[in-house]
Amino acid sequence: MRRGDENIVRSDPRDYEVIAPPNLDAVVALLGRSPGGWLLIAGGTDVMVQYAAGKLTARRLVSIWNLPELRRIEVLPDEIHVGAGCTYTDIREHEILVREFPMLASAARWTGGIANQNRGTIGGNIVNASPAADSLPALLAYDAELVVVSVRGERRLSYAGFHLEYKRTQLAPDELIQAVCLPRRFSGYIHHARKVGARNAQAISKVCIAALGRVSDSKIEGVRIAMGSVAPVPLRLRETESLLRRKAIDESLIVLARKTAAAEVRPIDDIRSTAKYRAAVAGNLVAEFLNLLMARGETA
Amino acid sequence: MTTSTHRGFRSEISLTVNGQRETVMAFPMERLLDVLRQQLGLTGAKEGCGEGECGSCSVLMNGALVNSCLVPVLQAKGASIVTIEGIAAGPQLSALQEAFLECNGAQCGICTPGMILAASHLLSKKSIPTLAEIQEGLSGNLCRCTGYVQIFNAVAKAALCGEATKTS
Repeated sequence: MRRGDENIVRSDPRDYEVIAPPNLDAVVALLGRSPGGWLLIAGGTDVMVQYAAGKLTARRLVSIWNLPELRRIEVLPDEIHVGAGCTYTDIREHEILVREFPMLASAARWTGGIANQNRGTIGGNIVNASPAADSLPALLAYDAELVVVSVRGERRLSYAGFHLEYKRTQLAPDELIQAVCLPRRFSGYIHHARKVGARNAQAISKVCIAALGRVSDSKIEGVRIAMGSVAPVPLRLRETESLLRRKAIDESLIVLARKTAAAEVRPIDDIRSTAKYRAAVAGNLVAEFLNLLMARGETA
Repeated sequence: MTTSTHRGFRSEISLTVNGQRETVMAFPMERLLDVLRQQLGLTGAKEGCGEGECGSCSVLMNGALVNSCLVPVLQAKGASIVTIEGIAAGPQLSALQEAFLECNGAQCGICTPGMILAASHLLSKKSIPTLAEIQEGLSGNLCRCTGYVQIFNAVAKAALCGEATKTS
């Protein structure tokens, strides 16, 4: 117990109000009545950590844990809709997601240990908006869209523009994410996800990549490269992508892409790594992806 | 912001713990870990890091492994919780507990309840896990004594004894 340790100020549960509405409509109505007045809590893997550290400033919380409307995975002909309340475990155990969106399934497997995967949700990961989140580069690479709801109605937005700057998003104070939509058009692509960290489970990434592409008539097509922990937001490497588009892969292109990627990222020094190391690793990860694409791209 | 006035209020929260129906009076934001330890006297779940990194507070909630330090008790309302105290059938240890004893899977003992619950959760999903699966299944549970090898051996041994059918 930390009682008596003056460095740690435990939060006092008496200071917090928490309610658990029975359905999504009730949550939406509540947010509509008092926009910004309530903090959503799903599996608590971020919120409860802030609470434990005495840093949770919100005093009124709405639990959306296990709301059925947010916890389903709908498989449609052209898209898969993953409810925002689906856990990493729900994602990594879903056969179609594993087959068609393997980078998302891998990221779900890398996020925390099993207990955190059983509680952490994809919607929470998006809204928490950490640039180091493992699953977010995969959503960028897969051109995900978000269904967002409020009392004003439903809207659908591209995930690519969702993060405006560090921890600031397009979500209005009365809105919540209902589902993540994944277009089912990436069969025949090479999917390459990799996390570089001190250890796979629990450790937050120093750099992570989610990259897609294929080779047709010896030329690179449909290349999408996204990275985490290299900028204030999960980053799509558009400059590197345009360098690669419709080019034949050879050693000199890989050298150039490595340099371009290392220059395109905007990492910082922090407790987990340095900007210099991250930029070098970003270049290496792109080179690794291209080598894979060169070896297997025609046959995927 | 008002910080001196208390917003929360205690309410009755019912849950099933180790098969027994319990009703506690608790603030909704109290951690499941604290309710188990302080109100129900179940001190098997330990507080290690208090932030979901070490797994020593692991319990099963509706069959899923969770860190009880990250569960506001309101979210456990109506849930079925299994703690280490519910793993043995009275004086009869479970196959996992026996295997931990035989393989020296426990040393100081702080991580052991969480390890056994994580292992039990793993075996409920995968009756004969590979070594890699055991390592992944226990990756959220830290042990600073054993070096893990004895723990992995214990889980493998329990799997061969058919632990899976005994836990939920």
